[in-house]
Amino acid sequence: MQMSLVIDANKCTGCLQCEMACSYEGEGVFNPTKSRIKIFPFHEEGIFVPYTCTQCDEAWCMHACPVEAIVLNKETGAKEIVNDLCVGCKVCTIACPFGTVNYNADSGKVIKCDLCGGDPECAKACPTDAITYQDANWTGYDKMKDYAAKAIPAN
Amino acid sequence: MSWTKKVLRINLTEGTCTPEPLNMEWTEQFLGQRGLATKYLTEEVPPTTEPLSPENTMYMITGPLTGTMASTAGRYSVVTKSPLTGAVACSNSGGFFGNEMKCAGWDMIILEGKSPTPVYISINDDKAEILPADEIWGKSVWEADEWLHAKHQDPQLRCAVIGVSGEKGVRYAAIINDLHRAAGRSGVGTVMGSKNVKAIALRGSKGVTVNDPKAFFEATTAAKKILAENAVTGEGLPALGTQVLMNVINEMGAQPTRNYKEVSFEGASKISGEAMLEPRESDGKANLTRNGACFACTISCGRISTIDPQHFSIQNRDDLHKSYHANSGGLEYEAAWALGSDTGIDDLDALTYAQFVCNEQGIDPISLGSTIAAAMEMFEEGIITTEDTGGIELNFGNAEAMIKCTELVAIGEGFGLELGQGSARFCAKHGHPELSMTVRGQEFPAYDPRAIQGMGLGYATSNRGACHLRGYTVASEVLGIPVKTDPLETEGKAGLQIAFQNATAAFDSAGICIFTSFAWSLEDVAPQLDAAIEGDWTAERLGEVGERIWNLERLYNEAAGVGASADKLPPRMMTLAANTGPAEGKVSGLDTMLPEYYAERGWSPEGGVTAETKARLGL
Repeated sequence: MQMSLVIDANKCTGCLQCEMACSYEGEGVFNPTKSRIKIFPFHEEGIFVPYTCTQCDEAWCMHACPVEAIVLNKETGAKEIVNDLCVGCKVCTIACPFGTVNYNADSGKVIKCDLCGGDPECAKACPTDAITYQDANWTGYDKMKDYAAKAIPAN
Repeated sequence: MSWTKKVLRINLTEGTCTPEPLNMEWTEQFLGQRGLATKYLTEEVPPTTEPLSPENTMYMITGPLTGTMASTAGRYSVVTKSPLTGAVACSNSGGFFGNEMKCAGWDMIILEGKSPTPVYISINDDKAEILPADEIWGKSVWEADEWLHAKHQDPQLRCAVIGVSGEKGVRYAAIINDLHRAAGRSGVGTVMGSKNVKAIALRGSKGVTVNDPKAFFEATTAAKKILAENAVTGEGLPALGTQVLMNVINEMGAQPTRNYKEVSFEGASKISGEAMLEPRESDGKANLTRNGACFACTISCGRISTIDPQHFSIQNRDDLHKSYHANSGGLEYEAAWALGSDTGIDDLDALTYAQFVCNEQGIDPISLGSTIAAAMEMFEEGIITTEDTGGIELNFGNAEAMIKCTELVAIGEGFGLELGQGSARFCAKHGHPELSMTVRGQEFPAYDPRAIQGMGLGYATSNRGACHLRGYTVASEVLGIPVKTDPLETEGKAGLQIAFQNATAAFDSAGICIFTSFAWSLEDVAPQLDAAIEGDWTAERLGEVGERIWNLERLYNEAAGVGASADKLPPRMMTLAANTGPAEGKVSGLDTMLPEYYAERGWSPEGGVTAETKARLGL
């Protein structure tokens, strides 16, 4: 079964545990600037919004890469960077409509979410379930259930 | 390891930024943050130094866990000599500034001397510069923060800023980072202002590593589970923030009211955490929008709030910063108590507005509210009149008057600058020092010493002046953590207060939030530290470090002239009995507890740190 990251901004407190988990998994260091997932605080609106790669099926980044350094992991559905092939041209960072592929100046390669090979650290680190890893075919399950619950008659 | 082993020393007089190695030997004895910076202070700043002179030095310092994935590990402290108390000041803040400092490769930033002109400090990893701040001097924290982000074209910049109050010499000015997190108490913002430093703007990209990652993840994951399963850190604080305490403390008759004349407030429920969840008539929204966490915090007690759009404080106020009409950092218990029940005001939105002003202009709301409360009592007693207040009818319960005073303190003008000297100086100036609810010149927090006896001993002996965050025996006396003790009894409170004080000093030196101590003991902290840094760290060793830090602070205060002679509570606590509730008829039993405290500390009967104790602790 393919799985997806499911994000519920209403549950996010902006603590950045996900960013640290991500940067540690990817770079071996606690460093939000090296995270593939970012939390955006909207101060005046009073909300924190986690955002990361949605693993597009027809991924712009993958198609744009001139050296085929972005490949599909058939098991997880993730589009993964092959570091040995990546030349750091950054075309993928331009191609991605969502900004979720970014250049890492320290390594000279790009970084993006790879779902940690099917066990995403961000979801495990999130203390409020704002980020969960669920059946890719049923990412709307919780929302549907919330609306379905409105049919429960009042006592 | 999670130390960078680097210190950035900024000499403002000379205009230099110089890296130097962190004294790792001292980290063995004093850990980090509060303890380590206090060691630097005691070595570098003579105890008799005038706090607002260039000879005072300010230390902004992280702990060993700061910047890691341990829960709440975003903390930093500001240590300096306080202009409010003349004692050692140590104010701790969360938000996202401490971790950014560590990420930029610095364990500590030292500000010494005084700049001839207003400046701010810009730090981008290794690059540190002293830059002109003429365009933001005279601006609020929020305005300066926006300017810095625009100037550096960096939305991820983290800024610690002082408001106009700090520039003007209000003695309890705070340093505000990330718009609404505060190194709040003892006037650390005043010291920053005296050095002509408006802000420190940081950006770090280096990251933090730990000594033993496997052990670190095991320890921090286990510790997070403990927080999540604890009734206070897993339920009470996330649900209601620190405001979970308002109704609890009020119902037990320990809610100081109207400048500590009374011990319960009839309007408490209206300004409680529960009230912050109630939809209001005007727009159907609650005061609380959602929780906002500090860096790495899995508790998330922070409140994000709005003011009722129909409230008088923001009606027709196009002059206000746009955040007053939107979301910002909301009320926590100490602010709600000081600005609310201590002034007899039960208007939740007036308190939220005053809290926003405190954040926007960098003010400690505890000292502010307590000072206004003392002034209100003097006004009602006819000691001061509208001639003194500049026309303000300063009666208890008058929300408009409280707001006017807050706005004047915020800009350090007129009557506001007078209130900005703190309640001890204000009351002394008007001939009634006994009406100031302070210890070492610092205003009391929100727990009545007549109804929670251990806290009275804590206020009297606190090294930074009256404070709840130096030995929070409320945990034991009210909440039963780790064991329930009778709040009305004095017996055993000396030992209890000492245990809390020592443990707190260790927590405050580790880079984590003291709120974790509702659920964690030093046994839970030790393995996290042990995995993060070199050396063997056990709970026992942390306890010793805590005791060493406490005694180091005490020795500094003794030499500064605010040692044992200042271990006193105001006469009201000693002679005016609580008027209602379980503590009715009781005064503080400080006279009984203090000699026991000195003895159990290993101090002389007069309260001096003895040669034996110094030798035992290696001081």
